[in-house]
Amino acid sequence: MKTSDLSNLLRKLTTPPGLSGYEDTIAREVESLWKPLVDELSRNRLGSVLGFRQGSGEPPRPRLMMVAHQDAIGLMVSGIKEGFLRLTEIGGVDHRILPGQLVQIHGKRTLPAVVVQPPPFLLPPEAQEGSVPLNYLWADTGLEEKEVRRWVQIGAPVSFARNFLELGSDLVCSPSLDNRASLCALTLCLQELQGRKHAWDVWAVSSTQEEETLGGAATSAFQIRPDLAVVIDVTHGSGPGSPSHKSYPLGRGITLGWGATVHPKLYETFKELAEKMEIPYRMEAMPRYSGTDADRLQTVAEGIPTMVISIPLRYMHTPVEIVSKKDVQRTARLLAEFATTLEIDFMDKIQWDETPKA
Amino acid sequence: MGRNTESLNHPTINPEQIRLLEKLCNAIAVSGNEGEVRRLVIDQIKPYVQEMRIDAMGNLLVRQKKEDQKPLTVMIAAHLDEVGFMLTSEEDREEGIFRFELVGGIDPRWLAGKPVQVGKEHSKGVIGCKAIHLTTAEERRSSFTVEGLRVDLGGGGKAKVGDWGTFATSFQRLGGSVRAKALDNRIGVATVIELLKYDYPNLNLVAAFTVQEEVGLRGAKVAAYALNPDVAIVVDCTPAYDLPLQVEDSFYPPENEQYNTRLGFGAAIYLSDRATISDPRLVTHFVRTAEEKGIPYQFRQAGSGATDAGAIHLQHVGIPSLSISVPGRYLHTPASIARISDWESTLQLIYHALQTLSADILKSER
Repeated sequence: MKTSDLSNLLRKLTTPPGLSGYEDTIAREVESLWKPLVDELSRNRLGSVLGFRQGSGEPPRPRLMMVAHQDAIGLMVSGIKEGFLRLTEIGGVDHRILPGQLVQIHGKRTLPAVVVQPPPFLLPPEAQEGSVPLNYLWADTGLEEKEVRRWVQIGAPVSFARNFLELGSDLVCSPSLDNRASLCALTLCLQELQGRKHAWDVWAVSSTQEEETLGGAATSAFQIRPDLAVVIDVTHGSGPGSPSHKSYPLGRGITLGWGATVHPKLYETFKELAEKMEIPYRMEAMPRYSGTDADRLQTVAEGIPTMVISIPLRYMHTPVEIVSKKDVQRTARLLAEFATTLEIDFMDKIQWDETPKA
Repeated sequence: MGRNTESLNHPTINPEQIRLLEKLCNAIAVSGNEGEVRRLVIDQIKPYVQEMRIDAMGNLLVRQKKEDQKPLTVMIAAHLDEVGFMLTSEEDREEGIFRFELVGGIDPRWLAGKPVQVGKEHSKGVIGCKAIHLTTAEERRSSFTVEGLRVDLGGGGKAKVGDWGTFATSFQRLGGSVRAKALDNRIGVATVIELLKYDYPNLNLVAAFTVQEEVGLRGAKVAAYALNPDVAIVVDCTPAYDLPLQVEDSFYPPENEQYNTRLGFGAAIYLSDRATISDPRLVTHFVRTAEEKGIPYQFRQAGSGATDAGAIHLQHVGIPSLSISVPGRYLHTPASIARISDWESTLQLIYHALQTLSADILKSER
């Protein structure tokens, strides 16, 4: 894929707001992108999009689930006073990035607005210094109070204004690249699977509500009952403000998760595959949990061997998230190669060392 | 819509004026680097003025007519510059990471997580910050500082140390309002451009588009010296702090009484600020004009803040001055908001006041 096409795909996937729980816009975009790439397409009860590609192996075929969450962080209207909107958060938002942030209020009509920090003399003494907490900030639509009341109701989702930038030849910047960059990689993987054989059934899942409950991936897994699952998400990219021991450089490869959430044999398989394909990677140590859908996914039903692949992303959970297109492509290639090289008896090969021999 | 303003004997704000304001706001013109806006202004006023020059500091000085034969010369002034930042040091060449310093009064608490534009080419970049996942609750209680933030150009663009930059907020209509960066003072600049299109029977009109207002009213000082008018009218954008009061304390008044100005209440007439006491004869003339013409106006609450009038009224033997502003919320932040109706009131008030202003005004007692 040409890099300009890749930018267009990323732009397409970052355009719908799709805040956690309000994901119809992004789900529809995913459906239209996946429709020509899968044998069956459905949306499940909580709102995840499931794409199914039938494998070429003899039935009963094992099932591979690859999942990237579709939802995005944002805000919600929690009150209205004199035409100004009070806000609360959807997902984790650092209130210190909010003053001056351009947003869209998704009321009965979508209204552009800006989040503002009041001058100190309108705030109680404890909020005048340091960062102003979210419960003192407002969103201003520029409209008069009666118009605001006409179009905006409490509970209206508030998304960051869409603003897709290309920085240099490889980096792109946009709100919601967490996790649309991964959805893009999963979409590219499905494209690559066109015309390639895979013995296993492949389920691609665009999961709902990761930022709040990790509920979409887990419930999708309960429905699909995969033998293996691969979660694709973003990890901290190095850059200003990021501690170097907890972040990974952009454009220099992906990370393979290692820790309690990840099945060790699956990790080994991906590591060997990445090395064979000369895809640069680093191990990402996840000593307790992964902070992704995998944390809940691995304990679905009787347990699912799970892998976590991550794309480094700078300034996570801000409207100026940055990823490398190369890293997105690497993720896609690795996923597609994994899906197509999975042998029908792979599950027999990832037994624990201590598993009694039959 | 689409009326030709020149056929009306009364200026109005039409889509044409709003498109011009959009162009003016989207340009980069941080104090000391006003060229981009100055060029836009020259293009606009060329057909309407007979003399233009750029002085040593970069002020654009204009005479509407070559021969000034009327007994009163009035200067209208608006500052071209805006607050912003300058790249001061390159931290990582490959990644395009720069340290920066602020130019003009920006509260650093508005900086993080915003797109920016830098240099002549408007290179795109961002001011990012640490991900929330990597912060502690204690850390989040304190605010970001300029020293702790960086401009990130992602290795693209041609910007370099010494280049000026601004927030990259694009102009947008919000119903009866506009949202943009630099409404302070492009809305004043747009107003003066409009005023220059009309004739004023009793006075010689001169105009100064001034530089470096945001770093200490520097351009206006020499502009007023050079043009040496009898009267000066400064057109600016003044803060509207008309937000709800959020103090639960019986000691404080129950409502916001420190709003400075309020959106939707019309042109803001200055009585006094940190740097100027407005000439009362001019205040009276403008108030009378507003009353007679039914133009909405409000008094800007006396207090801190200053306009170019602070520098202008002290030139030569003294120049009677008055500031008239369009109220704007969130000035000096990524996105300010002003009401189009207030802008129109400001434009019409100055227009009508100048129509009837004559040398007599200076003969009455101050």
